[in-house]
Amino acid sequence: MASQPPPIGARQSPLYRAFGDRIFLAALLLFGLIVIGIVILMGWQLAAGGSQAFAQFGLLGFLGGVTWDPVADIYGAWPFIIGTLITSLAAIVLAFFPAIAVAIYAVEYAPRWLGSILQYALELLAALPSVIYGLWGLLVLAPILRSQQQSIVTWALENQQDWLLAILGPPIGFGMTTAVIVLAVMVIPYAASLAKDSIALVPGAQREAAYALGATKWEVIKNAVLPYAKGGILAGIILGFTRALGETMAVVMVIGNNNNLPFTLFGSATTIPASIINEFGEAMDLKLSALLALGFVLFIMSGLMNLLAAWIVKRMSVEGRL
Amino acid sequence: MTPPSSIASVIPKGGNLRIRRVWNSVMLVLLVLGSIVVVSPLIAVLGAVLVNGLATINWAFLTQEFRPVTEGGGGVWHAIVGTLLMNLLALLIGGLLGFAGGVLLSEYPDHPINPYLRTISDLLNGLPALLKGLVIYAIIVLPTGMFSGYAGALALAIILTPIVLRATEGVLQLVPWSVREAGLALGLPRWRVIISLVIPAATAGVVTGLMLGFARAAGEAAPLYFTAGGSQFLNFNLGQQTESLALTIFKYANEPSVLRQEQAWGAALILTIMVLIASLLARWATRKYN
Amino acid sequence: MNEQKPYSVSLPTGQSETKLTLAEGLRPRMETRGLSVYYGKKMGVRNVSMPIYANTVTALIGPSGCGKTTFLRALNRMHDLTPIARIEGEALLDGQNIYAPGVDAVEIRRKIGMVFQKPNPFPTLTIYDNVAAGLKLMGVRRRDVLDEAVERSLTQAVLWDEVKDRLRAPGMSLSGGQQQRLCIARALTVQPEVLLMDEPTSALDPISTQSIEDLLTELKKHVTIAIVTHNMQQAGRVSDFTGYFLLGDLIEFGPTNQLFTNPKDAHTEAYITGRFG
Repeated sequence: MASQPPPIGARQSPLYRAFGDRIFLAALLLFGLIVIGIVILMGWQLAAGGSQAFAQFGLLGFLGGVTWDPVADIYGAWPFIIGTLITSLAAIVLAFFPAIAVAIYAVEYAPRWLGSILQYALELLAALPSVIYGLWGLLVLAPILRSQQQSIVTWALENQQDWLLAILGPPIGFGMTTAVIVLAVMVIPYAASLAKDSIALVPGAQREAAYALGATKWEVIKNAVLPYAKGGILAGIILGFTRALGETMAVVMVIGNNNNLPFTLFGSATTIPASIINEFGEAMDLKLSALLALGFVLFIMSGLMNLLAAWIVKRMSVEGRL
Repeated sequence: MTPPSSIASVIPKGGNLRIRRVWNSVMLVLLVLGSIVVVSPLIAVLGAVLVNGLATINWAFLTQEFRPVTEGGGGVWHAIVGTLLMNLLALLIGGLLGFAGGVLLSEYPDHPINPYLRTISDLLNGLPALLKGLVIYAIIVLPTGMFSGYAGALALAIILTPIVLRATEGVLQLVPWSVREAGLALGLPRWRVIISLVIPAATAGVVTGLMLGFARAAGEAAPLYFTAGGSQFLNFNLGQQTESLALTIFKYANEPSVLRQEQAWGAALILTIMVLIASLLARWATRKYN
Repeated sequence: MNEQKPYSVSLPTGQSETKLTLAEGLRPRMETRGLSVYYGKKMGVRNVSMPIYANTVTALIGPSGCGKTTFLRALNRMHDLTPIARIEGEALLDGQNIYAPGVDAVEIRRKIGMVFQKPNPFPTLTIYDNVAAGLKLMGVRRRDVLDEAVERSLTQAVLWDEVKDRLRAPGMSLSGGQQQRLCIARALTVQPEVLLMDEPTSALDPISTQSIEDLLTELKKHVTIAIVTHNMQQAGRVSDFTGYFLLGDLIEFGPTNQLFTNPKDAHTEAYITGRFG
């Protein structure tokens, strides 16, 4: 037995091995803590940067303030908050059914070649830079919408529908409607590819169980597939909403950037990210602080929605309910 | 035992199969319509980028730097270089952070920090890119008083990190535990097992994570707006203000000059091709791994 | 309800009378005629003709990959769900070819139920809703009818006593053996004429296996059963007829006691005596 070679590692001293493991884990931990630290730093920096504005106007005064007037140095966040929420909500409402429909179709109905093309296309389009959606919205969609809006407004003028005119607003092509459509077009592939992932994860045995009971294809989807996948689908929709909340370039390029309430259907409006980009150029002192404070509000909104999505996945997933 | 009553006495008279069949078809039609509603604007976007971009792109556009409109407008070479340099540095930083975090999650599954790291990483992934730029602006650009490619790369690194992290965790978990046990049984310390056995078995998957991260970071304009600052000049020094394709698109699209708008389409096509190549590479690496 | 199995030896050397009486007046509930299943160009099952007699248990045995599961799934058109699968020949249910043009696969699957290898209750549904799922599909809404059907099916599946106090609990809260009996109850609710079982006990422990085997003897009073099994002792214990498959061919079919004690084919004998498989 003495002639047998020593096992690998036998020459290493136990001290070296223990140190090696400890150093390795410590390095990993350091990097892990940096990742956690980044998020804390983000929250802290935005809050600290915005503290001047919060102090000046009060937390509620800032959040609820409807005036944003750099000349008078008065800053209120309400128009931006409401603009962000309306555009994102409207976009996700528009995106909801089409996103789920295309996910179901791609996974359950499409022939294999079409299904894989669709799935890959959705993933690619979800990764397409938002500035490109903005470019399309600005140069292609907005001119089309402008002419449509003009004919609608003309009709309203001729029929003297004053209440309708008040809701519609000026038909300039850059505004709420355009931003919502661009956001929906952007968010659909994102939400749909998350939905298709969770539909594809439904075990075949679940579908077979329903088929074997004498269910039609749609009944299989309704009774076996969707209940199983609903946590993932819903989380995908919420993450889509979150993405719309924070979307910057695509919105700033088409929304017209106007922070005077009330917003109208066609007229220009603004969102938090759009205003941060738009007002950033000449920002100093209190105005810069107000922009960072807006960033902090967005940080909180977006963070909460993300945590909600994570909670839903955990809570509503089939494994999680046990 | 109760005698089984006939099913016929229970189900609605005449059976409901016909109406169920009708529903089945109606839903299929709705799903197809929904899919068409989704696909057509997406085709419109991609088609516009392709048609308008192809009309603009030529050798000069790819190799020239910025020039005023009156001198033909030049090209986007400076933006391509800036995009690649900043993303390369971001891949190094964010790749390292994300990779280490992914190894921690996968190889030390019981570590008390993991649930927090996983949640925070997903949270970071979902936070708007704009804010990642804003925070780098607050801690680097504002104190130093200057925009720089380094600041831009840092912002992009923050965007990359959580993507690489979760992708790394995912592929490492696909390596069977028996591989680790085999290494440990040979008397190798844990860190050697991870570096020599586990990570090599998942290389292709790590490439996937990096490419997915690149595909996302390369297209971001908003965070660079506050950090890299944009530039009209070719430079290989990230210490200076740096241009990126996404910034170029944003700026040119908003200019009244038709030439600039055409150039924005050209830059958009180049950026789309970059993202396409990165995601195809990611796919290819995944397939190779499987 | 819980009467003892008429036989309990592992190999059916001493057959009970029940089986012998069954042999008279047999009537095929299902029958295949030259049934073949292809996967693309690959042949899954070749030219199988065999009857499945009413109110009996027919076991399909054979080594892995012999086509017994493929054959079973051809009996309620589950292959319709696999785009590359193609069927030739006929499968008759009460004399009518289920593959004839114009025959609705959905209706066929209602009449020919299926229980799968792994228990697959619907995880988001309660025990009650799992069992009632089939009837609800068929448009039954009346509470009393559903209640009665659920109780009857759970009783037939010998699960009622264990779950009657927690019908609103999730189906996944049951043990593996209970889940499989829940799946059997779910299949029984729509009162199928035939119940196809694809290795229903392969994922279960011996005690749960025992309870399901006991159940089959009781169930065949109401429904015709075809069961795929890897376990020859199980085939011997529960079945009246056995078909032995090898490489996609039906090698031998006959009464179980005959096939086990006096197989005509050398392959069958080798498999049954454990020299091969």
